[in-house]
This record gives sequence, C-alpha cells and structure tokens, in this order.
Amino acid sequence: MAYSEKVVDHYENPRNVGSFDKNDQAVGTGLVGAPACGDVMKLQIKVGADGIIEDAKFKTFGCGSAIASSSLVTEWVKGKSIDEAATIKNTDIAKHLALPPVKIHCSVLAEDAIKAAIEDYRKKRAV
Amino acid sequence: MNDIATDRPNAPQRPVYLDYQATTPMDKRVLDAMMPYFVEKFGNPHSRNHEYGWEAEEAVENARKQIAELIGADEREIVFTSGATESNNLAIAGVAHFYKDQKDHIVTVVTEHKCVLDTCRHLEQEGFKVTYLPVKTDGLIDLAQLEAAITDKTAIVSVMAANNEIGVIQKLAEIGAICRKKGAFFHTDCAQAFGKIPLDVEAMKIDLMSISGHKIYGPKGIGALYVRRRPRVRLQALIHGGGQERGMRSGTLPTPLCVGLGKAAEIAKNEMAQENARLMALRDRFLKTVNGKLPEVFLNGDLDNRLPGNLNLSFAYVEGEGLMMGIKDLCVSSGSACTSASLEPSYVLRALGVEEELAHTSLRIGFGRFTTEAEVDYAADRIVQAVSKLRAMSPLWEMAQEGIDIKSIQWAAH
Repeated sequence: MAYSEKVVDHYENPRNVGSFDKNDQAVGTGLVGAPACGDVMKLQIKVGADGIIEDAKFKTFGCGSAIASSSLVTEWVKGKSIDEAATIKNTDIAKHLALPPVKIHCSVLAEDAIKAAIEDYRKKRAV
Repeated sequence: MNDIATDRPNAPQRPVYLDYQATTPMDKRVLDAMMPYFVEKFGNPHSRNHEYGWEAEEAVENARKQIAELIGADEREIVFTSGATESNNLAIAGVAHFYKDQKDHIVTVVTEHKCVLDTCRHLEQEGFKVTYLPVKTDGLIDLAQLEAAITDKTAIVSVMAANNEIGVIQKLAEIGAICRKKGAFFHTDCAQAFGKIPLDVEAMKIDLMSISGHKIYGPKGIGALYVRRRPRVRLQALIHGGGQERGMRSGTLPTPLCVGLGKAAEIAKNEMAQENARLMALRDRFLKTVNGKLPEVFLNGDLDNRLPGNLNLSFAYVEGEGLMMGIKDLCVSSGSACTSASLEPSYVLRALGVEEELAHTSLRIGFGRFTTEAEVDYAADRIVQAVSKLRAMSPLWEMAQEGIDIKSIQWAAH
C-alpha cells in the first residue's frame, strides 16, 4: 500500500509522542479504539487557565495512518481553545493526510480522541 | 520504494526478501533448464508425428518423472496444472463430482488455504455437506476428531501438509492411515510442503496431492496434481478439450514451465536435507536475537512440526501494519487486519485461538534458499529497533508497564 508523503512524515517523525500525568487537573485524556480492532489512540491535552490548549501528547497502537492521524491532531489542537478544538472534523484530517477510503476510520478515531480528551478535561473541571 | 534505507549506511541495496511462503525467486539452474524450450525446442508436446513434438514430449515426460520421484509416485500419476489453486480445485471438486451418486460429504480444516475453503463453499451450494475441522492451539488437527468426522458418505478428506501462514506440518501418515481405514480419499495441499519436507505417497497413504512450482524456486503458472492409480482415484475434469493429461486436464502443456517444475523438484530432492539444516540454523539465529532483545514476542504455531523456513511471530502491543511500515527494507507479511481489505485479522491465527489483539501484532517471516546470515542479522536488528520504537509510542505497552490489565478495560469496538 502506498502512503502519502504526509503520512510517511508523521510516521517517521511523529510529533508530540508521550504522556502527561493523567491525574493533573489541567490535563484531559482521551483513550479510544480497541486492541481487538487493531487501533488504540491515547490523546492528552494540557489546558491553560485561559482555556487554551497549551500542549498535547499522544500514544497510538495502530497502522501508519492511525499514528499519522493522531500525530497530526496534536499539532492542530495546540493553541486552540477547547471549543475550537472540538470542531476539528475527521474529514479535515483525512483530507490533509490524503487517507485512502480503507483508512478513513483512522481519522474518525483521531476526532473521537480529541472529543474524549475534551470531555475528560471538562469532567475534571466540573467536579 | 525508491528511498529505502538511504539513511542507513549498512543497508542493502534492495529490500531483504523474507516472504518465501508467498513466492520464491527462480533458481538459475531452473531457468537454464527451461531456456531451450522457448525458442529452439518450441514444439507442442502433443504433436505425435514430428521431431519438434517428440523432443518437447520427452522433456515433459522427464519433468513428470522428476516430480514423481520426489514423492515416491509413478510418473503416470502426475497431472500438470496451472498451479496449486487449480490442483486443489480439481482434486476436491473433481472427486466430489465423480462420486456424487454414492457420496456427498467432504472433510477439511478451518486453516486450509482459501482455494480449498472456497471450493468447499461452492460445493456446499451444490448440495454437498462439508465438515470444517478445528485446530488445536499448536495448529494441528485432533486425529480422533478427524476419524469421528469421516462417515461412509465421505468422498474426500482434504488436509494441507504445511500451512502457508504458520508453517505447521500436519501428521500426514496418521491422517492417511485413518482415511484409508475409513474408505475416504486423502487429498493434501502440498503447495508449501512439496520440495521442502520429505513426502511419500505410499508411506503416507496420500491419494491426491497438490503441488506448486513457484514455491520451490520454479516458475509461476505451473503446478501438478498427484492422482493415485492403485487404488484408482477418479476425477471429473474441470477443463475440457483435447483430452490431454489422460482427460483430467485438457490444454497444451507449457513445456518450459513443466521442465522448470521438474528441475526445481530434482534440485529440491538433492538438496533438501542440507538446505533444511541451514534454514533451521538461520531461523534459530533470528529467534535468538529477537528473543534476547525483546520481551513478549510470541511464536504462533508449533515450533517442532513446522516448515524449516517459517516463523510467525506476534510482537505484543505493536500493530503489524504499523510495524511493517517501519521495516520497509524488509519484505515480510502481516496477519494484521490492516493488510487486507476485510479489516479482520488472519483467520488462521484466530483458528489457533490467538486473541485478536495479538493477531493484529503478527508478522510472517520466511527464510529461503537465497537468504544469507547477514540478511538474517540485519532483519533481526531492524525488527528489534522498529518494535522498540513503536512500543515506546504504544498506549498498550505503557499500560502493560504500569501493570494495567488491558483486558480489564471496557474498549469500544469500532
């Protein structure tokens, strides 16, 4: 299978790999996918007092497209407010990475990961 | 694939080929044997009345003998086909159709190649009954279960000799004895086994055997079916025409391809023992390096009852396709869903009871005649490097290191 240059770039030089302390009140963690399906993404956002996402980290179990999708969204969410980040669409991810139809689910998973991370952060703040 | 390994000074010029269960390069000795039969000795082997026909016929008959000798058969029991897929179709559908008035049952195994399973599915649609035997966790069938499955309505039992994904070798002699005792024909798909392990149609009581050319350093587009003469196995042909191959497979024989398969069989017969010893040493060397440097690597299928050149390994917490992308300079294949359109992981691994999450992390690594020790070392190092890198970015590996049981998490299937 031929991958787009952007997928290869993110796979070979993944941005923002790593983890934050998931118990930190400023951190929202999203864990989506399932090992049995061959894709698991963990996306974490660190949100400043002003509601802006200061930093983001990911770890992904999956194919090159899944790794690239999650690496890409860590770049995209940085500097955005959590409301803005929530508007990132899987179609934008798929388009940017030129994902083939069989890999669209990777971009869907990345969108879900952002939403899950935001939800986790909001839950922590509400308590 | 033009940018491969340019950043690694010791990397080979072309990707290292470790996919010998998919296909093999032709042995140059095979090509040399074939060459005269394209332009110079181009005759139709079925032309009975001139020199060109006679020399082509002699070459084809010599090839038939070379193939027969490798499996302890008579050359009159060898039918040339286009490959093992056709041989499997001809054996199973041919026997089923010929004996349909007396028998309507077929026994096969869930880990068979798709061309056996798909042929059986078609026969089911025609009204035949098929029993698909499960395999144990080592990949072998349960012989008692086989014996219990065969009835007086069973026309044919089809059990592959060596599996294409996990290389596991079934107990052919025992299976043959059971089939003979119960009065069912024993067909075995030997696409992966012919030329690789000793096979004897008498000792193993094999009635039909499918053979492939391109898995044994011969040409693509040629195979054969061994069809026992005593006691005689009868077949209904799939391809009709001039009645070549004693009516079982019409069509002009491709002389150069037949010669190539024969030569490949002859080389395999002469070199099998030393080649297998070499391949097992390479395999053990590879395993030693990988197991020495990586924890949680699991071998799928039994190690002892296995093709010498085959490994199928699960690298826990690293997805197979993602891993293959990190080792672009190695040609291997993956049991991961992502390498196929179906998004389902390998049905063979699933049949062994390998859990889906581990099936997604598997690689099939095949060593062969032209694999060098340097290539094996290079491949082992590259795989260790790529797995380590991907584990460092795997959320599952992280959880495992933190002592979290991945099975305790409520995952959302997608």
